[in-house]
Amino acid sequence: MSISREDVEYVAALARLELTEQETQEYTEQLNSILGYAAMLERLDTTDVLPTAHAVPLHNVLREDQVRPSINHEKALKNAPDEEEGFFRVPKISLT
Amino acid sequence: MVVANKYEMVCGLEVHVELQTKTKIFCSCTTEFGGEQNTHVCPVCLGMPGTLPVLNREVVNYAIKAGLALNCEIAEFSKFDRKNYFYPDLSKNYQTSQFDLPICGKGGLEIEVEGEKKWVGITRAHMEEDAGKLVHSGDTITTSNESSVDYNRAGVPLLEIVSEPDMRSIPEVLAYLEKLVQILEYTEVSDCRLEQGSVRFDINVSLRPMGATTLGTRTETKNLNSFSSVRRCMEYEIARQSRVLDAGEKVIQETRTWDEGQGVTLTLRSKEEAHDYRYFPEPDLAPLVIDREWVERIRKMLPELPEARRVRLQALGLSAYDTGVITQSKALSDFFDEALSSYGDAKTLANWVMGDVTRLLNTNQCNVVDSPISAPQLAELLGLIDKGTISGKIAKSVLEDMYSTGKDAEVIVKEKGLAQISDEGALLGIIDDVISANPQSVEDFRAGKDRAIGFLVGQIMKATKGQANPGLVNKLLKEKLS
Repeated sequence: MSISREDVEYVAALARLELTEQETQEYTEQLNSILGYAAMLERLDTTDVLPTAHAVPLHNVLREDQVRPSINHEKALKNAPDEEEGFFRVPKISLT
Repeated sequence: MVVANKYEMVCGLEVHVELQTKTKIFCSCTTEFGGEQNTHVCPVCLGMPGTLPVLNREVVNYAIKAGLALNCEIAEFSKFDRKNYFYPDLSKNYQTSQFDLPICGKGGLEIEVEGEKKWVGITRAHMEEDAGKLVHSGDTITTSNESSVDYNRAGVPLLEIVSEPDMRSIPEVLAYLEKLVQILEYTEVSDCRLEQGSVRFDINVSLRPMGATTLGTRTETKNLNSFSSVRRCMEYEIARQSRVLDAGEKVIQETRTWDEGQGVTLTLRSKEEAHDYRYFPEPDLAPLVIDREWVERIRKMLPELPEARRVRLQALGLSAYDTGVITQSKALSDFFDEALSSYGDAKTLANWVMGDVTRLLNTNQCNVVDSPISAPQLAELLGLIDKGTISGKIAKSVLEDMYSTGKDAEVIVKEKGLAQISDEGALLGIIDDVISANPQSVEDFRAGKDRAIGFLVGQIMKATKGQANPGLVNKLLKEKLS
């Protein structure tokens, strides 16, 4: 598997990243190198191995349905870049 | 559905149901509707760095329960995934949802439209978190400049139920939705308050030439929350797509939004650009292993579902219409069943429940669960009619008094002296008086005019303020006159 420039541009667009020409070039090489390294795993025989859904061998970590106090208004909005009347304020929403 | 005899409509639905747990899916904040903005929040549902979500057990129980009621396979192994997108209704830039291993697999339900039965398949149902609410400063989502966000709803548990593209007409779609909501209401996994957005519908619609076997390009219209919006939106979208196809153009695959005020659908985003959600397994949540013992435990908690109730009530002699009305809501159906356990005449009971009782509740805008007249009290009232203590007519006024006072029928009958006069001696005296006061009617009756007896009975009822036992009056009067 190899990563093309177009792949890098596509992923950058999805992540809302603006890359320079040089960065695009650099990341294409780096990502290819990383994936090339990980490709070593393909040499293993995984015929009888179930796909891994989680790295930690735990399941059914559940809590009971009991209400606990929420945090107060001030705390909730403390890190908000902008707020108004207890709401978080966000700029115009671009959907595409 | 045949659109101008040229196109066939194909529709599949995604239905989002808020599960009525006390707390959110991954944190212990309350799920209570409303509340001052951003007060039902904590570091977990605000997506603060370094927090860890923990799954609410009740969400899993409800998802299994709904899945069983919808005839779905319940997965033995299930996990959560991150659905990545940039939109401030969730603060994490992803929604915790389920991708390839949802909790509920294939299922479905049977609908009936104009006497035709049809199976509508369910592809899957999965658990996910609800998003926050955005208040836009402009008129609509497409024209706003700034938005205010309230995260109280962020993290409320949802079950998303995805149907197969099995529906071919608007009535089929509405029948499916009504049945689905009814089943969910019966299982009590959701309060199903459509007006509060507890249930929301996404509609996938495409057209194809009649006889075609491949699907046409579809649009998805999101976030409808009433059956009437669904109907109007579909009428609009079908007309719009057929105009596009008639003009020889292609329908664009996209997400659209329904503008209730204008009655139109508008482009929200095109699918090609926005659909790459880059799902990956949620590393912060351990997977679920659901053993069959767990599933069976939940199955035992399922109530008798509407279909089974209809069959049972029809076997008692009720019409399809009556059983449909009574089983419309679980609350009314439960009320009926409770009364039926102490009053055996199902047909009479049905008439009272659907007639006077429902009318009183509607007039007072009262839900049947809050009815001041309990089911056993209604059964007792009907018993008094059968015993001849009161007439059906008097019973109606007793019912009104029961509603306003909450008293038992027998108490009201005693207090107001409403018991029927079934004492022959007392009635005979009155009958004699009426006969001597109305010689013309007596003569008419003897001359063969049957209607005359009705007049005489009426006079006797009047003289007793409606309390004479009508059957007994008829019998005694006929004996006197023959």
